[in-house]
Amino acid sequence: MPEPVVKIRDLRFARGNRLIFDGVNLDIYADCVTAIMGPSGTGKTTLLKLIGGQLRPLSGSIRVYGEEVPHLGRQALYRLRRRIGMLFQTGALLTDIDVFENVAYPIREHTRLPEALVRDLVLMKLEAVGLRGAAQLMPGQLSGGMARRVALARAIALDPMMVLYDEPFTGQDPISMGVLVKLIRELNDALDLTSVVVSHDVAETCAIADYAYLLSDGKVVEHGEPDALRESSSDWSQQFLKALPDGPVAFHYPAVSFRDDLLQGGQR
Amino acid sequence: MLDAIQRLGRVTLGFFERLGRGHLFLLQVLVSLPGIVLRPGLVLRQMYSVGVLTLVIIVVSGLFVGMVMGLQGYNTLVDFGAEESLGVLVALSLVRELGPVVTALLFAGRAGSALSAEIGLMKATEQLSGMEMMAVDPIQRVIAPRFLAAFLSMPLLAAIFSAVGVYGGWFIGVGLLGVDDGAFWAQMQDKVDLYDDIYNGVIKSIVFGFVVGWIALFEGSDTLPTAEGVSRATTQTVVHSALVVLGLDFVLTALMFGD
Ligand SMILES: Nc1ncnc2c1ncn2[C@@H]1O[C@H](COP(=O)(O)OP(=O)(O)O)[C@@H](O)[C@H]1O
Ligand SMILES: [Mg+2]
Repeated sequence: MPEPVVKIRDLRFARGNRLIFDGVNLDIYADCVTAIMGPSGTGKTTLLKLIGGQLRPLSGSIRVYGEEVPHLGRQALYRLRRRIGMLFQTGALLTDIDVFENVAYPIREHTRLPEALVRDLVLMKLEAVGLRGAAQLMPGQLSGGMARRVALARAIALDPMMVLYDEPFTGQDPISMGVLVKLIRELNDALDLTSVVVSHDVAETCAIADYAYLLSDGKVVEHGEPDALRESSSDWSQQFLKALPDGPVAFHYPAVSFRDDLLQGGQR
Repeated sequence: MLDAIQRLGRVTLGFFERLGRGHLFLLQVLVSLPGIVLRPGLVLRQMYSVGVLTLVIIVVSGLFVGMVMGLQGYNTLVDFGAEESLGVLVALSLVRELGPVVTALLFAGRAGSALSAEIGLMKATEQLSGMEMMAVDPIQRVIAPRFLAAFLSMPLLAAIFSAVGVYGGWFIGVGLLGVDDGAFWAQMQDKVDLYDDIYNGVIKSIVFGFVVGWIALFEGSDTLPTAEGVSRATTQTVVHSALVVLGLDFVLTALMFGD
């Protein structure tokens, strides 16, 4: 087995008094699509920010391309980030410049290429996501799915080695969902990328993932190939993967008994 | 009772923690200022939106403030037969006090609130995070150019305010109330000192530009990334800027003219 490109060991991270990760171990291998799934609020976005070095863990090791991310200085961290593209949940496009300039932004910031070459590069990336025709639109004029594809074009503008996707499918209609699913897989294979897809859309994510992790309550509860996970015997995984309304994850938010609540009379 | 003390303690700690964050933020901005010398385009664009777009309100307000000063000053001075000193009165009040202070207040209301709303929204929509992940430093690319633009625009705007105000006073005094034109300008030339009055006024407006820019950008960057957070940040910017400007104005005036 080759060495993983991202290797997380014993990761612990807290927000305030709340422990969000408590001993997470996770490996991501080159050229694969790795899915990280879990309910909202388990810390999937947080995990991506830890990998990108925007947050620092309480303890544990996060090794990306052989470098220990929490120990990197600014310069080294920025150098590492240039090899990683990240697609934010909202797209995070710069709203004061048009689509073309958004995709050109990282190229202009990090290289001194002549204008003609920048133009060719940008059009190439936009063509890859099928939005070359939208180059002159402003981000505010794009639909949610288009904005995410533009953000994807921007994320691959500098030919990164790895792309992190934060909930790429959330809030998409079936067609643009299908487009994104196909794009992620195709870009992964055509550009020899390593992809990490964080999501709670089980069906779509499982369809393109080579390997999947299930997160819950600060831990990896299960991992394996998607097909194997579906056969899993754990109640929790079954509930999550099959979207059952009740199970180990209760339908009710924790509360005093309904009877006591009703008998309390007028107080809230 | 214990509860109240606890709450007081928490609020106080929170205040000092935020003050500390604000200073660290300022330090980061100042450190990255040299980097933007290489990209004057970024600063020029911000000077347009921070400075030029504030110009209209500055000119109109300057004109009216000058006209009111002309009217009020004339009514007071004419009792002593000193209406020829109207030019001095108008010019000194504008250059020393009203120019820097009113400009700073207007600037905080127009440009400062816009800056903090813009930065707050960029934060709420993850644009700043996105830049960081693209290995672009948002302090250097977004914050520093705006800070420099605010800092450079303020003295210019204050100068324009004062100049327009003087003409406002002249229009009322000389144009409508019959003060002697020659005396109006001659006394002004005689009594307004380059160092004592004009330089000190410019220093004030530079200081105000610095703090208003700092407050606006810090409030924007330090806000919660929600709609409520952004609206709070804009309000806070205006309130804090106004308080700090007026407080600092007293301190500066005492230092400059209080010997
Ligand atoms: N800036 C923040 N400050 C405090 N708590 C946060 C912040 N961002 C996220 N959290 C909390 O951390 C937890 C994990 O958040 P997140 O990583 O966004 O979850 P997910 O992406 O899996 O939905 C949530 O409970 C959220 O309330
Ligand atoms: Mg999330």
